[in-house]
Amino acid sequence: MNAILIVANKEFHDGLRNRWVMSISLIFALLATGLAYFGAAASGQAGFTNLSTTLVSLASLAVFVIPLIALMLAYDGVVGEDENGTLLLLMTYPLSRWQLLLGKMMGHWMIMAFSTIIGFGLSAIIMGLFSDNTTWGELLMPYAFFITFAILLGWIFIAIATMLSASVAEKSKAAGLALIVWFIFVFMFDLSLLGLLVGTEGNVNAELFPYLLLLNPTDVFRLIIISFFADQQLSGLMAVAQHAQFSTFSLISSMLAWFIAPVLAAIALFNKRKL
Amino acid sequence: MNIVELQQAEKHYQGVEALKSIDLSLQQGEVLGLFGHNGAGKTTTIKLILGLIKPTAGQVRVFGEDPTGENAYHLRRQLGFLQENVSFYQQMTGREVLEYFAKLKGCDKKQVSVLLEEVGLAHASMRRVKTYSKGMRQRLGLAQALLGQPKLLLLDEPTVGLDPIATQDFYHGIARLKAQGSTIILCSHVLAGVEKYIDRALILGQGQLLAEGSLATLTEQTNLPITFHLQGSNLQLPAELLPNALEINGGYKLHVNQQQKMATLQQLLALPSLENIDIHMPSLEDIYTHYMNDIQHMDLSQ
Repeated sequence: MNAILIVANKEFHDGLRNRWVMSISLIFALLATGLAYFGAAASGQAGFTNLSTTLVSLASLAVFVIPLIALMLAYDGVVGEDENGTLLLLMTYPLSRWQLLLGKMMGHWMIMAFSTIIGFGLSAIIMGLFSDNTTWGELLMPYAFFITFAILLGWIFIAIATMLSASVAEKSKAAGLALIVWFIFVFMFDLSLLGLLVGTEGNVNAELFPYLLLLNPTDVFRLIIISFFADQQLSGLMAVAQHAQFSTFSLISSMLAWFIAPVLAAIALFNKRKL
Repeated sequence: MNIVELQQAEKHYQGVEALKSIDLSLQQGEVLGLFGHNGAGKTTTIKLILGLIKPTAGQVRVFGEDPTGENAYHLRRQLGFLQENVSFYQQMTGREVLEYFAKLKGCDKKQVSVLLEEVGLAHASMRRVKTYSKGMRQRLGLAQALLGQPKLLLLDEPTVGLDPIATQDFYHGIARLKAQGSTIILCSHVLAGVEKYIDRALILGQGQLLAEGSLATLTEQTNLPITFHLQGSNLQLPAELLPNALEINGGYKLHVNQQQKMATLQQLLALPSLENIDIHMPSLEDIYTHYMNDIQHMDLSQ
């Protein structure tokens, strides 16, 4: 068996053993089902409501949870092996550095993909069973679309976490950096864009400003979900993007770029790492 | 062909000379002991041979090839390495750990059971590594190093944490591997007991090669005296031996030059009141201490 797959397989089994897969699936299932059921509570009703409202709300919630889970899952991928003493040992095996790193990432990607499918898939099934106004056919495509990009968002942050892990010498440092990355992408970035808007009293280049959103993968993810469920009333920063009219293709491309760049950076950093 | 060949190999880390111009060649079936204080350059030497780092200057060849080069991938299948303080994967069982490494090395899964049996871990193979004692982890590490019947074995502090019986077993294992044609580099602080099993010793100090050779050569080079412990009531030593003798507990401790061993021995045996004689040849430990003292003096004079 190929070295990358051997490492990936081991990581995935670690994920099963450590209950990572189970915990993530459970969190996603509860989150999605809860949101679907109570999402309309603000307007005075409980029960399964409009599917696109649910998924757009779910996307706003997912951008908090998915990056956090992905970073927690992968931040010690390299540093942890180093502290165990197994990194040095593995490097004496017939295994290149990039193979080890890619194997580790792939294992974590598998954990993420598996849990996302189970978690959100479960909530789709619950919705299909108990909701009166949605049919199975209506559920399938939106959920498949949502799950696909939720997985990609998770993969991006796993790659970022692995990159951090490959570049520091201590586990605690990697954890700290992961937290900072989460804080920046989930809070700081949007907040500073809003701050920029308010500070300049909206006097920004309306052509250029929306493109700043592409610098944050969580925003790209939300834009993709919104572009799919276009009938939604948009609020906050997402409304800004309406002016730019990003094509779905360009959004997906930028998300893929966000995926590939940290993978390559992680490999480059790991190659330079001292043993 | 030499299995391992170092020519003027040097390694600098950010201005610090971890290793200064080391020459070494190791033939098939040899067991080399690598000794030195902490930071002497033992680990650096091992890392050079493993191809984990590149020499700053000089050349390193393993099986005649550059261990960091294109063919490193194939070389590594024939290498076994046990490092100091490896704790493995706590959540996996001993067997799972070994199976993982076996797969990575591309060797038969059947070896796993055989090796677990060989290092005496068969009974604990289904337990998580977390529950293993230090000695058990060490034995698991050894089993790992032996995967794929490596032609070259590098063992860093292999007997740390092993009890005396397990240490004995370990050295018997080394002798067996040597008999099968493996080349072995043994790195250790614990010197007692090693000498019987090594062909050659290499002593490093502060990145420099202090001494290299078989035990006999080193003993000769250092010219350390042989010590006789003599027992007997009213023992009268010949006058010429007295300057080198020390009276203790109604007997003598006598230092004798190696060349005069036999002559002195005959002289001593002729003494009527001699009841017992104990001969202490300079051990590896004595040789090591001798070189370490040398380097300390060098330090002071600098």
